[in-house]
Amino acid sequence: MSVEGIGARVARKEDKRFITGQGRYVDDMSVPGMKHAAFVRSPHAHARVGAINAEAARAMPGVVAVLTGAEMAADGIGNLICGWMIHSKDGSPMNMGAWPALASETVRFVGQAVAVVIAETKSQARDAAEAVEVEWEELPAVSDVLGAIAEGAPQIHPEAPGNLIYDWEIGTKDEVEKAFGEAAHVTRMDLTNNRLIPNAMEPRAALARYDAADDHFTLWTTSQNPHTARLVLSAFYNVAPEHKLRVVAPDVGGGFGSKIYIYPEEITCLWAAKKTGVPVKWTGDRSEAFLTDAHGRDHVTVAEMAFDANNRITAFKIDTIANFGAYMSLFSSAVPTYLYATLLSGQYDIPLIHCNVRAVYTNTAPVDAYRGAGRPEATFVVERMMETAARELSVSPAELRRTNFIREFPHQTPVIMLYDAGDYEASLNAALEASDYAGFAARKAEAQRRGRLRGIGISCYIEACGIAPSKAVGSLGAGVGLWESAEVRVNPVGTIEVLTGSHSHGQGHETTFAQLVASRLGVPLDNIAIVHGDTDSVQFGMGTYGSRSGAVGMSAISRAIDKVEAKAKKIAAHLLEASEGDIEIADGEVRVAGTDKKLGWHEVCLAAYTGHNLPDGMEPGLKEGAFYDPANFTFPAGAYVCEVEIDPETGHTDIVQFVAADDFGRIINPMIVEGQVHGGIAQGIGQALLEGCVYDEGGQLITATYNDYAMPRAHDLPSFRVSTTETICPSNPLGIKGCGEAGAIGSPPAVINAITDAIGNNDLSMPATPEKVWRALHAAGGGLREAAE
Amino acid sequence: MYSLSYRRASSVEEARRLFKEASDAAYLAGGHTLLPAMKQRLAAHDVLVDLGAIADMKGIGVSGDGLTIGGGVTHAEVAGSQEVKGAIPSLAALAGSIGDAQVRHRGTLGGSIANNDPAADYPAAALALAATIRTDGREIAADDFFTALYETALEEGEIVTGVSFRIPETAGYAKFRNPASRYPMAGVFVARHKDGTVRVAVTGAGNEGVFRWSEAEQALSGNFAAEALAGLSVDPDMMMGDIHGSPEYRANLVAVMARRALGSLGSAEAII
Ligand SMILES: Cc1cc2nc3c(=O)[nH]c(=O)nc-3n(C[C@H](O)[C@H](O)[C@H](O)COP(=O)(O)OP(=O)(O)OC[C@H]3O[C@@H](n4cnc5c(N)ncnc54)[C@H](O)[C@@H]3O)c2cc1C
Repeated sequence: MSVEGIGARVARKEDKRFITGQGRYVDDMSVPGMKHAAFVRSPHAHARVGAINAEAARAMPGVVAVLTGAEMAADGIGNLICGWMIHSKDGSPMNMGAWPALASETVRFVGQAVAVVIAETKSQARDAAEAVEVEWEELPAVSDVLGAIAEGAPQIHPEAPGNLIYDWEIGTKDEVEKAFGEAAHVTRMDLTNNRLIPNAMEPRAALARYDAADDHFTLWTTSQNPHTARLVLSAFYNVAPEHKLRVVAPDVGGGFGSKIYIYPEEITCLWAAKKTGVPVKWTGDRSEAFLTDAHGRDHVTVAEMAFDANNRITAFKIDTIANFGAYMSLFSSAVPTYLYATLLSGQYDIPLIHCNVRAVYTNTAPVDAYRGAGRPEATFVVERMMETAARELSVSPAELRRTNFIREFPHQTPVIMLYDAGDYEASLNAALEASDYAGFAARKAEAQRRGRLRGIGISCYIEACGIAPSKAVGSLGAGVGLWESAEVRVNPVGTIEVLTGSHSHGQGHETTFAQLVASRLGVPLDNIAIVHGDTDSVQFGMGTYGSRSGAVGMSAISRAIDKVEAKAKKIAAHLLEASEGDIEIADGEVRVAGTDKKLGWHEVCLAAYTGHNLPDGMEPGLKEGAFYDPANFTFPAGAYVCEVEIDPETGHTDIVQFVAADDFGRIINPMIVEGQVHGGIAQGIGQALLEGCVYDEGGQLITATYNDYAMPRAHDLPSFRVSTTETICPSNPLGIKGCGEAGAIGSPPAVINAITDAIGNNDLSMPATPEKVWRALHAAGGGLREAAE
Repeated sequence: MYSLSYRRASSVEEARRLFKEASDAAYLAGGHTLLPAMKQRLAAHDVLVDLGAIADMKGIGVSGDGLTIGGGVTHAEVAGSQEVKGAIPSLAALAGSIGDAQVRHRGTLGGSIANNDPAADYPAAALALAATIRTDGREIAADDFFTALYETALEEGEIVTGVSFRIPETAGYAKFRNPASRYPMAGVFVARHKDGTVRVAVTGAGNEGVFRWSEAEQALSGNFAAEALAGLSVDPDMMMGDIHGSPEYRANLVAVMARRALGSLGSAEAII
């Protein structure tokens, strides 16, 4: 391991600009003649849009234009799409309601836009937006998922009778039922996965410019995948043809999934820029983010697990209802199906699984992938079940897991996934040891003397990342391939630019990607630039989500490096009159192995560009590209142990210890990986203890500010103790599995398992607020007494 | 935020004059309550009169049985003041427990008292420490000052220039934070005064804002210790309820925090 190459704890190159305020975000961009947009939004969860009177607004100072949904429709701007087709079990395609960027007939959630005001300043635009009069005809609304499928519920979309989008299943129902009939023990649980609001630090923003001379558009936007944005904007929304649209996603301050999607605001800004002839900027404020960013999770599940007399799982049955909100967001349909149900085997050898998923419309903000996307929901179900089953069977939770671990690879689960490599026992052992699991009883007794209830909980998670072989996802309904592209451009002086289709919005790609190049080509990090986020520079890319930038994005870079290396070796062999097979590249030199014959890396690069002395028939230049399509999903896995103390008088939970032992395959930069795990665990603890999106029955968002939506803060969290075990991923050239979502996936059940252990009541939903814990404790009876004794 | 004019007053008189001249003015102190509301367009004023440069509203002083703190003094200044720590350590503790460092360096005593947020910390201290609210024209007993949620005895344009707290024999403060806002969901300030009277004030929990818990005061008059509160509870019907805590839960917190406040007597650190 070199100081800069693979495996080194290199400080992040990008942090200097971030922590000195030099980052360039969309809201920092300014172009001549730019005006500002403000949206007129629905105050109602469900209403018919009547006449829109914008006369007063148009006459206000600074107002350039007020545009409505009717005008947008007249200009042929397309409705928003969902990019993954799911068929119900009866073979019918999903029931998708129309989602226009500006609603002209019906609004279906609070915050949905019906018109936009363009004005000289942001304030003027807002003032005028308030002056736009809309005649609303309120309709009955429903915000919770069970209410929406109940008899007589308000009908949200004509296309989806009973508000049902699809009724999908996976697995073998009859065989599962048979196994339940023969079970020695059945564990059954009702589980809710609470709805979350993403809260990236930077709110969404868009700046659109139309250049009439070239009939060309530029969109600067907060995107995790600018090429997908361009593709969708041109192919489906009809705002501009692909070759006339440049999409730039500059520095982006966090996404967590919420910036994958193409939202109504970007579409509107592009359309308005051409229509009004002025560049249009919109930067959402925090209230708009709460109301309109795609929310996450929101599942209601009944799960049953069958065991034989040896405590081995014989079958697993899951029935889930997923809240999709008022519209189907871009990848929403895939989340509770192929990103959720396919992970329900967890780390266990489960011969039979059946999962049924109903996707349901409600009058709430659209729900889509959010850090982990489906896999946190699956892990919560599996790991709450395992802990609960262990309690019911009176075996140790660690033991029950060991009894059922998958130990041979590759392993085909009954729900599509083919696990390629792993060692679940190793991570569990590492976590148990690091947490001194064996010493827990003594710590519990000591806490009891202080009047505190101490509990411990385990979670052994698995996830599927990289998303994923294009052929496989295509057969499952995806509208796009999920490969990645890269280009490695070596300059005549030997410095290197890497163009990647991955997009960094906090992940540190500028550092890790450069470390890979440094390792392979022996070039110092300072001589390597990572270019991303601009459709004019990078040919194409599928973007960053699903922990895919390492496993897929870097694999593409690796493949491009292979080609650069091969060509450089050919040139060097020619110049040094050696055989190609004897050439090695290291430490800034290109040498003939075992001799003192060598050239500087820069000399070979210069030779490539002068073209004075190249092998016959070789093209000049040193620049190669690659498209890499993964051979399989990757399967990061690990074991988390959480230890809590409860104040029995208030129900307050203190997380006193949190241990993570993750297997991410090969690690490029351990410091960055640890940072990803820390952030993920913070989000997972946020979900478990604090965060819960609440709508009232009529569809008004109650948790619409930080006064009511509780985000995790530093003092809610312990100092995490993270470590890794390693099994190399056989499915990509670098052996990487991915680490971006693991923390958020693995941690919630560990926390809830620990609290329920402490209070002796298993009936506890997330977020486990102090009041819920206090009530559960008192419902269990004796929490106080026990602590006092 | 709607557009507005900003004026900075250098004296209380000038502030009053600027206020009167405008059609819908507001005083600006730390701005940590006012400005977020204005940014969200929940409040609109044509003129903001900044009180921050008024020297007469700064300063902390002890005289006789009273500790007087200027209306313009920030929470951080109160928390860090040797005079406050010496005279009423639990008041320093309370100020040091408000919000976060940024909030404490901007937010002021006058702003907090004038705003009378039902979850604010200071009103509990003002009631329990039998404070006198000093304005530009008069003195108002704390017992008469906090009239309803977000409402006070202040008249239009009246300025809180300072607050005089009665220095108790001993006092303590304990609170339980709302997980989201971190304002108290129940904060209890207990004080035994030199004349033997006991005051117990509760913030964050009551459905009519800050209040004195008279049963607890009586129970503690005989024995100023946590055990005197055993079995005592407030009526959940008088408590607020929201997504963070039901009235029953808040009633429980009030009892627990009252006991804990008695365990923090004389401490310059609040029990949280
Ligand atoms: C993130 C955050 C967390 C917070 N947490 C807490 C907490 O835990 N506990 C808590 O108690 N508070 C908390 N606060 C509120 C904070 O203490 C406020 O600053 C305070 O309540 C108001 O004081 P201010 O000086 O900022 O007043 P401003 O916001 O400037 O004014 C508030 C109101 O009082 C009026 N006003 C101001 N000064 C005077 C005066 N001298 N005379 C008459 N009227 C006046 C103003 O016109 C306005 O109507 C928090 C605030 C924030 C933003």
